[in-house]
Amino acid sequence: MDLSELNQIKERELAARKKYTLRCCMAAGCMSSNAESVKEELEKAVTEAGLGQEVEVRGVGCMRLCCEGPLVQADPDGILFEQVDPDAAKSIIAALKGGKAKARLGNPQSPFFTQQKSIVLANSGIVDPERIESYIAADGYQALYHVLRELDPNEVVTEMVTSGLRGRGGAGFPVGLKWGTVAKSPGAKKYVVCNADEGDPGAFMDRSVLESDPHAILEGMAIAAFAVGADQGFIYARAEYPLAIDRLKKAIKQAKAKGLLGAGIFDSPFNFTVDIRIGAGAFVCGEETALMMSIEGRRGTPRPRPPFPAESGLWGCPTLINNVETLANVAPIIRNGGEWFAGIGTEKSKGTKVFALAGKIKNTGLIEVPMGTPLRTIVEEMGGGAPDGGTIKAVQTGGPSGGCIPAHSLDTPVDYESLGKLGSIMGSGGMIVMDQDTNMVDVARFFMEFCMDESCGKCIPCRAGTVQMHHLLDKIMDRKATARDLQKLEELCDMVKSTSLCGLGQTAPNPTLSTLRFFRNEYEERLQPDVFGPRGNGKPAKTKASA
Amino acid sequence: MAAITLTIDDKQVSAEDSQSVLSIAQEQGIAIPTLCHLEGVYDVGACRLCLVEVAGVNKLLPACTTKATEGMVVRTDTERLRKYRKITLELLFAERNHVCAICVANGHCELQTMAYNQGMDHVRYDYCFPKWDMDLTHERFGMDHNRCILCARCVRACWHIEGAGTKNVAGRGARSHIITDMFQPWGEAESCTSCGKCVMACPTGALFERGSTTGEMQRDRTTLEFIVTAREKKQWIA
Ligand SMILES: Cc1cc2nc3c(=O)[nH]c(=O)nc-3n(C[C@H](O)[C@H](O)[C@H](O)COP(=O)(O)O)c2cc1C
Ligand code: SF4
Ligand code: SF4
Ligand code: FES
Repeated sequence: MDLSELNQIKERELAARKKYTLRCCMAAGCMSSNAESVKEELEKAVTEAGLGQEVEVRGVGCMRLCCEGPLVQADPDGILFEQVDPDAAKSIIAALKGGKAKARLGNPQSPFFTQQKSIVLANSGIVDPERIESYIAADGYQALYHVLRELDPNEVVTEMVTSGLRGRGGAGFPVGLKWGTVAKSPGAKKYVVCNADEGDPGAFMDRSVLESDPHAILEGMAIAAFAVGADQGFIYARAEYPLAIDRLKKAIKQAKAKGLLGAGIFDSPFNFTVDIRIGAGAFVCGEETALMMSIEGRRGTPRPRPPFPAESGLWGCPTLINNVETLANVAPIIRNGGEWFAGIGTEKSKGTKVFALAGKIKNTGLIEVPMGTPLRTIVEEMGGGAPDGGTIKAVQTGGPSGGCIPAHSLDTPVDYESLGKLGSIMGSGGMIVMDQDTNMVDVARFFMEFCMDESCGKCIPCRAGTVQMHHLLDKIMDRKATARDLQKLEELCDMVKSTSLCGLGQTAPNPTLSTLRFFRNEYEERLQPDVFGPRGNGKPAKTKASA
Repeated sequence: MAAITLTIDDKQVSAEDSQSVLSIAQEQGIAIPTLCHLEGVYDVGACRLCLVEVAGVNKLLPACTTKATEGMVVRTDTERLRKYRKITLELLFAERNHVCAICVANGHCELQTMAYNQGMDHVRYDYCFPKWDMDLTHERFGMDHNRCILCARCVRACWHIEGAGTKNVAGRGARSHIITDMFQPWGEAESCTSCGKCVMACPTGALFERGSTTGEMQRDRTTLEFIVTAREKKQWIA
């Protein structure tokens, strides 16, 4: 493969475009509401109407407004059909010629769509994720060519530093710095790992990116590998994502066949292969050191850092590990330049962030917004506020490691620093909206139960501490706790946060701490007078902690 | 290997740069509490009792897995650390069934000693009272899961000193437990060489020699150290 061949594929693909394109969402959300039959029926209807020369029916990735699926969008006019029934296929085809479609019309001009800025999701909903040609037509693999033939690894790292991109897996570590460290780490063998474990309850950004644009991840990984000097990549995906894994497998096969993975890519001395490793769906295996243990075939438990993976990762070799969304930003940054990327977002948080919007909100689905967008814009304008005349009470970000932002702070811009100041985190992008009926102690208990179940059990504070914190939250929920118990809970939160071995335990108290900070009254109104106090009967309530 | 100097609890000490903070402190007679650390096998930083404060680092670091660096300023015995250590021990006692009065290791138990030393006189948390079994299928040794603190010392001794790989951890979170082979009863674990190193390694009454009385439960930790020193340094001294 060389540049002219790549361009040829692109031109051929563009030349084959038809007058009308019906883009059908083929991501897991819509697939679960029968999108496959919708696409089949549309194809049938096109053939029956004899419009094969004029109309293309294309399976594409996520079109974002998941709650209204299956979604179909008709180009060139961009007419959006929602909740499409397979039976409506004929009428939709007829609608292209001015007829009336028997499907609900969506509004592509609503703030849900217009407030989005697509970098990571630029191809999502446009490109056919199962055809490499479709990706190449959208300038796919151009960045890889540029990097391999026109830059040296140092320049690639510099470009990433300029971009200001920070890791999207949760911690927000500067990507350029990490790449530079791995590049400088001595070692003949190095690895690049894509973290596609996505274990936060309610989060599905990474899944959508993998299902919608798998080649973008492969291209990002290849560029990263060139920059740090690796020749082997692993994608660690959870077994619960069969569609994403299937599309990745297809993408790897196609890229290999076209010489975009393998030996001597673009006639350069650069070799790169990618393999998929499938995890059994343990949350802790998203933690980088546990993930690498799992890839090595061992029990997925974290180990103390340092040494960091950049120095000693897979099989003791320097290893670069990045999140799916992080890697999806790479090719666009190389194509458009680090300066371009740095011009988007806020001073310390550059670019965009993808969120999975869920919970008590009208429009649920996938959104990508520039960093610094106020939460209010996301929740009220794009999300359409709480359904059925409800009022929003809080927004949870960062899943089991994050916190709840109360409604009065909705003007907070979403960036790493602002969310951190409110005791929450950006996290990987789960955003759960809660309304007036949500009990915040229950929310804290839910996330604590999650952490308790997902704790790997290696270190004592997390293994035994989450059990006790959960038990105390249970007691508070059941109105059996006293002020003393609340004090114990707070003490344990501090202790587990400060002493746990890995990020799971270190952040497990966050949802409790943040609800205590903003909704303390909900805890206090459930407390019983201390039995040893003036109104107690002198007998401590007997309860038993259980995991 | 280069010589470095650092400060531990206001005491200036010199050490080699490959040494862990824990080993330096031990050389200097500064006691840092440990449970998962075992002389002779690698450290895993799991029990979190050895956490220390290092100036300029906002996280607490485990002394057993933290390499000393030039000019490091370490505090091993602050009020905050003492508080956390006590809570850690309370959590352990509440987690499984540690009934010292009827335990084979009573009087020879590192957990019990640690609790005395750290001034843990009672447990403020509700006990979990989990139901765990005993494995008495091995003819010479027994395992009582009720007393296990999951330090994995037995696992490391089994894999890295004996090289048998019989013992492992299965399950996760509070359901984690020590297994033999592929979760077979110990007596049927074919890889077990009955060397007893795991029993020597165990800090509590979880692993024991069958038929021994409480008074005989002195662990022979020096044997493990002796083997490792002999193997690695080719020296026949413990
Ligand atoms: C308990 C735990 C779970 C994690 N799960 C994920 C995950 O599912 N996906 C992910 O990308 N990072 C996850 N991380 C963060 C990774 O350890 C790591 O920081 C990240 O993959 C680095 O990539 P980035 O720099 O591109 O963000 C998790 C961390 C912890 C402590
Ligand atoms: S903090 Fe929890 S998940 Fe992390 S090592 Fe400790 S027990 Fe395992
Ligand atoms: S059996 Fe003993 S040595 Fe093994 S993990 Fe349990 S307490 Fe530690
Ligand atoms: S001895 Fe260091 S963590 Fe257990």
